[in-house]
Amino acid sequence: MRVLALAGRRLLSSLPTLLIILVGLFLLLQLAPGDTVDALVAQMGGGDQKLTEELRRFYGLDAPVAVQLSRYLWRLVQFDLGHSAIYGKPVASVILERLPATLLLMGSALSLAFFAGIVLGILAARKVNQWPDTLISTLGLVFYATPSFWFGLMGIVVFAIKLAWLPPGGFETVGAGYVGLARVLDIARYLVLPTLTLALIFLAIYLRIMRASMLEVLTLDFVRTARAKGVAEQAVIVRHVLRNALLPVVTLIGLQAGTMLGGSVVVESVFALPGLGRLAYESVVQRDLNTLLGIVFVSALLVIAVNFIVDLLYARLDPRIA
Amino acid sequence: MPDRTRVCITRRLIRLFLGSLALCATMPGALSAAEPQRGGVVNVLMNSEQRILNPALRASTGVYLVAAKIMEPLVDLDTTGKPEAMLATSWSTTPDGKTITFKLRQGVTWHDGKPFTSADVQFTAMQMWKKHLNYGSTLQRYLDAVDTPDAHTAVFRYSRPMPLDLLLRALPDLGYIAPRHVFDGTDVLTNPANTAPIGTGPFKFVQYERGQFIIAERNPNYWRKGLPYLDRVVWRIITDKSAASAAIEAGQLHVSLYSSLPLADLDRFKRDARFEVTTRGNEGNGVNNTIEFNHRRKELADLNVRRAIAHAIDVDFFCKNFLYGFGKRGTGPIPTSSPEFYPQGTPQYAFDQAKAEALLDAAGYKKGTDGKRFALRLVPAPWGEDVSLWSTFIQQSLGAVGIDVEIVRYDAAGFLSNVYKEWNFDLATGWHQYRNDPAVSTTVWYRSGSPKGSPWTNQWGWQSAAIDKIIDDAASELNPAKRKALYAEFVKAVNTELPIWMAIERQFVTVASKSLVNHSNTPRWPSSHWADLSITR
Repeated sequence: MRVLALAGRRLLSSLPTLLIILVGLFLLLQLAPGDTVDALVAQMGGGDQKLTEELRRFYGLDAPVAVQLSRYLWRLVQFDLGHSAIYGKPVASVILERLPATLLLMGSALSLAFFAGIVLGILAARKVNQWPDTLISTLGLVFYATPSFWFGLMGIVVFAIKLAWLPPGGFETVGAGYVGLARVLDIARYLVLPTLTLALIFLAIYLRIMRASMLEVLTLDFVRTARAKGVAEQAVIVRHVLRNALLPVVTLIGLQAGTMLGGSVVVESVFALPGLGRLAYESVVQRDLNTLLGIVFVSALLVIAVNFIVDLLYARLDPRIA
Repeated sequence: MPDRTRVCITRRLIRLFLGSLALCATMPGALSAAEPQRGGVVNVLMNSEQRILNPALRASTGVYLVAAKIMEPLVDLDTTGKPEAMLATSWSTTPDGKTITFKLRQGVTWHDGKPFTSADVQFTAMQMWKKHLNYGSTLQRYLDAVDTPDAHTAVFRYSRPMPLDLLLRALPDLGYIAPRHVFDGTDVLTNPANTAPIGTGPFKFVQYERGQFIIAERNPNYWRKGLPYLDRVVWRIITDKSAASAAIEAGQLHVSLYSSLPLADLDRFKRDARFEVTTRGNEGNGVNNTIEFNHRRKELADLNVRRAIAHAIDVDFFCKNFLYGFGKRGTGPIPTSSPEFYPQGTPQYAFDQAKAEALLDAAGYKKGTDGKRFALRLVPAPWGEDVSLWSTFIQQSLGAVGIDVEIVRYDAAGFLSNVYKEWNFDLATGWHQYRNDPAVSTTVWYRSGSPKGSPWTNQWGWQSAAIDKIIDDAASELNPAKRKALYAEFVKAVNTELPIWMAIERQFVTVASKSLVNHSNTPRWPSSHWADLSITR
């Protein structure tokens, strides 16, 4: 119950921010040249005056900006995200269709980056300045310095084209009609490359932070005390050092949930995944204002949720914070 | 005696034939490419999401790519480029050219089981083509009514003469029929059948999963008995071009249409034995890379300056080295792939830098102390790699003769609104698409009086009463030979005046897996029905 109250308070306090973001984005897109009808006409390859006027009326673009904005906000108050111009159906259902792919990709990439980052970070810190540390740190630097689209494309070339182990893109086998476990395995096969691509750069960050923070905590007095009282080395690392060293990494996850949503645009495009990132990109290109604002709204909610979970984790890891 | 020899020869032929059949069976793939097989799935690349899949409302290659397999036009083009009977079986016109009668195919049913009749044709023509279809609303502007004396006759009545050959050449793109019983009494723009099309075609719509794929399956009641060969067609939506190339290479896709792969990959696939890279099957969809002049700039209103620009750019070098040979020097608004209208001997502008400089000097724009004559803003369309490369090439070529060019890039919506609505450009470059007949989408680039904001029309601030007259005369000329002569006159005039320049002529490129049989066999193959397409397994 206390948790729910906390969550409610969090959501309320972020409402003004949300409103500013939505209105700001709405006005910003008004500055972009051309509207969704121009984008549609570009796709069609031509259209006369009468047709475009009619389409503008159809999409409600004939009204002044202030009217359009107030219409949008009024609908939002009623929990209506509006109608998508590209997809011809309610924005809420368009986003709901795309959400699973994005959540799956983000979730798996984040978990991979988090756990692998921690393990490698600990390993590097334990063997500091020895060859395992050098190897891990160098790899980390390589992952961090390489652009993710390049990783993705190289992954496709090697594992999909040359070795033919993994599919080059897509979310699942089209028209295979798998159900249950077979479907889960099928989707997992398709997600291996995108997850790796998205995770590597974050993995590099987490491992470096983890390594540094481990090294710092290892020099603190309570570690010396623990060792002095004869606690086994394994227990010192896991119970005393790890718990304290984790805090900065957990903070980073909260901060980077948004970055990861942004990064998934590239990964989703390269691997042709039906996620929110690609939807956002398409909405900008097609000037589909309602869809774009809807995505921003949902992404903001996601980031708020992740940060809320991070706060709960803090309290778990360090009772002083709660 | 002679009879017996013949029998003998026949027998030997039969034995030879059987022998070769046995050979085929033991050597799979040896000769099988010639013979279509039944069954199989073809995976097709789709590089952009479509808002609707109704070609009776949207004339667009992206829509035809999918919907033309599900819905059908009155006529299409056959392998030789002549009108082929689809939903219409025959056509005739009256001497005044104002009445055109179509006899319709009998025994055709919609995918939902209802019969196809002349009422569908009447409804589609009046409620969709004339009101909403891009290019269709212009083509059918003078269509007064469609009469339906019986269930299989549709009579189009025009208030001005409509050349039958123009209509027949336009209808393969602008003549798709939608089911009246589904659309009547609804808002045609928001009808759910726009994204889940119901047609009469060889394939039935199954599913459109946004951002992922579209599936259509064999129509067992198709009017061409025994067709289609394929069980299914699946369109995979992949927006990233490199990812699309990878999917082709990994065998996940069988065919890419309308030049939707990177130029470098097209060049690479040309040398890959698994694929065929061809412009065949795109003859009806010629494309020009243009240079559009804004005549409101006093420098560009000067014919000498426009000619100098044409002389200053080495188009042949560009085509060979930047386009990997997928293109050649353009000769005017009617491409060489349209032999019905292509005129010989029109004025051309060969690459000649010295001449360009002389023309600029003659126009009074001498080089300043910094070697520059004047500066222009070039707005390239975001349609593809070729436009982007071409704009850089223009910049460097014009820089060499003293014209300073600044490139300003926008995305699709930004390009259209800046160039065609705001006239906010000096030079623009994009694509002109030729659609079988100059009257469909070509002459609008030159005819004056186009309302401000209409894309791909004359928004250049240029006008010629003489050329307007040729365009209007040709559009209602009933005699095909006279029409051809009028269009020859038109090309000669616009190549002389150079209001805009059709610098490069290209055709779209298809990449097809060698396992496909009967592909690229009509002039608008990517946009056609694919009933005879098959795949070897």
